[in-house]
Amino acid sequence: MTIGGIIGGILMLSGAAFLFLAGLGLVRMPDLFNRLQAGTKATTLGTLLTLAGAACLRPDWAVKLLLIGLFILFTNPISSQVLARAAHRTGTPQAAGTVDRLAEDREKRP
Amino acid sequence: MKKASAIAILFLTLLIFWLLLNGSLAADIVIVGVVTALVIAILFRDGLAVFSEFRATPRAFLTAFLYLPYFLGELIKSNLHIARVVLTPSLPLNPAIVKVRTRLKSRMGRLILANSITLTPGTLTVELDGEWLYIHWVTAEATDIDAATAQIVAGFEKYLEVMYG
Repeated sequence: MTIGGIIGGILMLSGAAFLFLAGLGLVRMPDLFNRLQAGTKATTLGTLLTLAGAACLRPDWAVKLLLIGLFILFTNPISSQVLARAAHRTGTPQAAGTVDRLAEDREKRP
Repeated sequence: MKKASAIAILFLTLLIFWLLLNGSLAADIVIVGVVTALVIAILFRDGLAVFSEFRATPRAFLTAFLYLPYFLGELIKSNLHIARVVLTPSLPLNPAIVKVRTRLKSRMGRLILANSITLTPGTLTVELDGEWLYIHWVTAEATDIDAATAQIVAGFEKYLEVMYG
């Protein structure tokens, strides 16, 4: 086992752990917005760590893996933001006790 | 002049992307890349504000360089935070949609700010309205505008203000 192999293995394993936690969060969170937080974004770090691990195992893939990581960083937040906005506009129910400044402002100017 | 440099920057970025994806400098690949990148750069010269709104000063480049490690640090910190919340049996949530204000003026600066906020787990940009951002916060510590702005926005804004203004 080479040094790169060990580091790569550790990185991929921790990436998988974050992906697992994201899945767990998806089950445990109470409403759509909180689920979106766990399900779409804890995966960002999980995927990035997995890619970094793969880059350690196969250094000749590193450039392409870096590009994949960049694409994820650029596209991931946009999709979750648009999902959240659509959910809010259609009045998706929120967990009890949520303070909602956006709904307050919407009511002020019809 | 401004238009020509916008086309040149976009063209070079696309070409470098293409060459990195192919991982080769064979003549046919380079020719196809040059032609395609040129056509796209001319057609979309006004489309990519990432580059045209970037203040190309040495200080902005340095800040952009420093922004990445700061952002990655925030990403890891907040991931661990959410992991702890998810693993706690009582699920200590305090969800809120808070309103924050940004000092950034440019479209691109606001976009990167919103994306950075969304990428750090625990905070999710729900709606953008001019200088106001509405952010869903899993474990809200403050719901008034100034305190929430200081908590969520201030750290990223410091960097982006130099880069985009």
